[in-house]
Amino acid sequence: MAPSPRKPPTPTAPTTRRALVLGGNRIPFARAGGAYAHASNQDMLTAALDGLVARYGLQGERIGEVAAGAVLKHSRDFNLTRESVLGSALSPTTPAYDVQQACATGLESVVGLANKIRLGQLESGIAGGVDTTSDAPIAVSDRLRRTLLDLSRAKTVGQRVAVAARLRPKDLAPAAPRTDEPRTGLSMGEHQALTTAQWGITREAQDELALASHQRLAAAWDAGFFDDLVTPFRGQTRDGNLRADTSLEKLAKLRPAFGLGLDTPATMTAGNSTPLTDGASTVLLGSDEWAAAHDLTPLAVVVDAEAAAVDFVHGVDGLLMAPVFAVPRLLARNGLTLDDLDYVEIHEAFASTVLTTLAAWESDQFGKERLGLDGAFGTVDRARLNVHGSSLAAGHPFAATGGRIVATVSKELHRRKQAEGRPVRALVSVCAAGGLGLTAILEAA
Amino acid sequence: MTDTYLNLVNSGVTKKLAQQLGLPQPAPLRRYRAGTPLVDGPVLVLGRGKDADALAAVLAGPAGGAPGSTVLDGWDLDVHRHASPDTRYAAVVVVLTDVEHPDQLAGPVLATAGVLRGLARGGRVVTVSREATPDDAPALAAARQGVDGLLRSLAKELRGGATGNGVVLREGVPVTAPSTLGAVRFFLSARSAFVDGQLLTVDSDAGALPASWDRPLEGRVAVVTGAARGIGASIAATLARDGATVVAVDVPAAGEQLAAVANRVHGTALQLDVTAQDAGARILAHALQRHGRLDVVVHNAGITRDKLLANMTPDKWDSVLAVNIASQLRINEALLTSGDFADEPRIVSLASTSGIAGNRGQTNYAASKGGVIGMVRATAPLLVPFGGTANAVAPGFIETEMTARIPALTRQVARRLNSLQQGGQPVDVAEAVAFLASPAAGGIVGRTLRVCGQNMVGQ
Repeated sequence: MAPSPRKPPTPTAPTTRRALVLGGNRIPFARAGGAYAHASNQDMLTAALDGLVARYGLQGERIGEVAAGAVLKHSRDFNLTRESVLGSALSPTTPAYDVQQACATGLESVVGLANKIRLGQLESGIAGGVDTTSDAPIAVSDRLRRTLLDLSRAKTVGQRVAVAARLRPKDLAPAAPRTDEPRTGLSMGEHQALTTAQWGITREAQDELALASHQRLAAAWDAGFFDDLVTPFRGQTRDGNLRADTSLEKLAKLRPAFGLGLDTPATMTAGNSTPLTDGASTVLLGSDEWAAAHDLTPLAVVVDAEAAAVDFVHGVDGLLMAPVFAVPRLLARNGLTLDDLDYVEIHEAFASTVLTTLAAWESDQFGKERLGLDGAFGTVDRARLNVHGSSLAAGHPFAATGGRIVATVSKELHRRKQAEGRPVRALVSVCAAGGLGLTAILEAA
Repeated sequence: MTDTYLNLVNSGVTKKLAQQLGLPQPAPLRRYRAGTPLVDGPVLVLGRGKDADALAAVLAGPAGGAPGSTVLDGWDLDVHRHASPDTRYAAVVVVLTDVEHPDQLAGPVLATAGVLRGLARGGRVVTVSREATPDDAPALAAARQGVDGLLRSLAKELRGGATGNGVVLREGVPVTAPSTLGAVRFFLSARSAFVDGQLLTVDSDAGALPASWDRPLEGRVAVVTGAARGIGASIAATLARDGATVVAVDVPAAGEQLAAVANRVHGTALQLDVTAQDAGARILAHALQRHGRLDVVVHNAGITRDKLLANMTPDKWDSVLAVNIASQLRINEALLTSGDFADEPRIVSLASTSGIAGNRGQTNYAASKGGVIGMVRATAPLLVPFGGTANAVAPGFIETEMTARIPALTRQVARRLNSLQQGGQPVDVAEAVAFLASPAAGGIVGRTLRVCGQNMVGQ
């Protein structure tokens, strides 16, 4: 790889130790309004924790810390993770805190706890994430909210009447939760449609990626790969969004859903975009000592992580393109190139998110002008990309996706190292709302 | 599952009505709770010989015998050697090991008869006798085989939740052998609540008395298949209560209930289809890696696909055989050849009374369950060199989700068709499994113990 314009700082202080991924558990992901239509975030996160506890025999165990979060959250769930811990089979003396970094929440929970373990602050941790769009919070309108608050402060009957008189019928309409970008008013799909057009990604390429995702996830389920990664919940035993029998023909029949108002052909459909999904995931982390004391097999080491953000409001970069910048910095700091990675996990927010990311890395011009390299950053071997499928097939319960990816790829890393006996590495990349991106390197333990 | 009829005939006006009408009157059964006495009252030990004396000495001896003493740890019971008038006995142990002629049965049997009317509710009659063999003199064989018919008939006469069971010793097995004492204690205790009219053979003096009768499985690691619900969940809970670390196994689709079971018993959940070719290796790897050893395997996973044989389809036949017997054979083979299942290992398999007596519509199920009985008989000798054994438990009508689906009237009739006139609870099966998994069962080799309340069908 070409040298960066500035010399990267020396990595990893010598006083830190390894932070290990020891296992994971999630509930099958379900399409919004499906099997988990009446499950709360707390129900699902508790179930994911309890499945993890059962798999690893952690009943009554005081874990160092549990960190998890949700993107769509009721205000009453201000202590969601701690409440879920209290409802689980873990020791009630297990501390917990909530994390929120949009779709990067799950991965940020992993990175944060791993860093605490590396520093010696923690011996063990459980990272997680959960989201439901079926049980999403619905708020009252801002005018109604302000009126109600003013009413509570009004002292006389006259004041109360005056305040109440401000209300108009339309103020009574509930405000549904929105994941649109607050600064542009565009949905994530419309943002990605702009990026898709900018990079000229074809419909066929997107459908092919979606098909591969479904086929690979289905194969992994059929092979029993998820037997020790997933615990069923409320009758859902497999990912509800998975379409094992889909085909390019079927995908080609779907009508475009995003980018309909652009000059270029609309290419993004429900088939090559992730659906609204409910689900929860957890990842068990620990030090070597803690793993040995609990007879747990280390699967992977959390090596390093890098976040990035793009100025999607004023700049030329698309909303979900931040990982394009994070990964070159992350790999440079660790003296690695794309060729050194055995697995590349790029969260499939949309098929085109993955494809625009790869296109940017393959572009000489982008490499020179935006990444400060001598040329293109590099090419990802498709055989190493999302090998057991990703969000297009599994679905994407926002905060739960990071944990799904980390647990899945950690098991795969361990399996590969057992088979080949050499160092095996993976890159995990998650884009997020607000122009955020979080990326991490994992290595087989 | 609630047995409404049982509740009705044990309370108030309906109790009186049932008595006047001469309807069956099933009694609530005494069930084991840690810390409660072995039996609720004095125990009468009948029999004149050395064996009776030795057994009486154990039953009456002080608990926690002196360290280094050769005297067996006693059970601290109130033991009588002669029936006292007006005494309500909690149990009668009839030692018949020295009978040589049918004429000699009269003494101890008629002495037993004298106390039966005063037997406590939930009382116990336990015979201890020797196995009749073709090599015996005809009179000896007649006397010994006579005990079989005697015990089975006596058990059918007992009421009030009392049971009668027999321990049959093979030639050379002492009355103080671990498995003799283990079996006598099991039959005396509330753990055998739904075992009735059964004769359990002790094959050798192998096995060991547990350090604690309340936690005989302390330090042992046990795998239970089909553990997500019903009898399997109860087995997991019972083994854990007895001190075992439990690996709860069930198909991935049952994972939610399986996780709840594992969390309740403080064990680990292993989502696994037992019919997978590598199931044995995966079970062993999980147990060794997570818990350092594997001592007990309980093959409980089973399915039914009932059809009259004339209507049987290959998928219904094949799936039942695959889950209920072929998987057990394959897992056992993997364990036996691994070298890591060699420290007094125990295999306990779930058979069924259908596999003994047959059941209309269950040719596939009965073939698989009969297969289990044959399998443990042939597998146990392979484990004996390691101090191990394999045995089976054959449940009769047990109150589970499965039997709750039987039509109401048929279910009512099925429940009453045994000497205890009620269905058993999953825990009754689990208690028998736990006993056969315990150190004291080491001398019971390849046997099948029925937990059926002495069902009217079959042996």
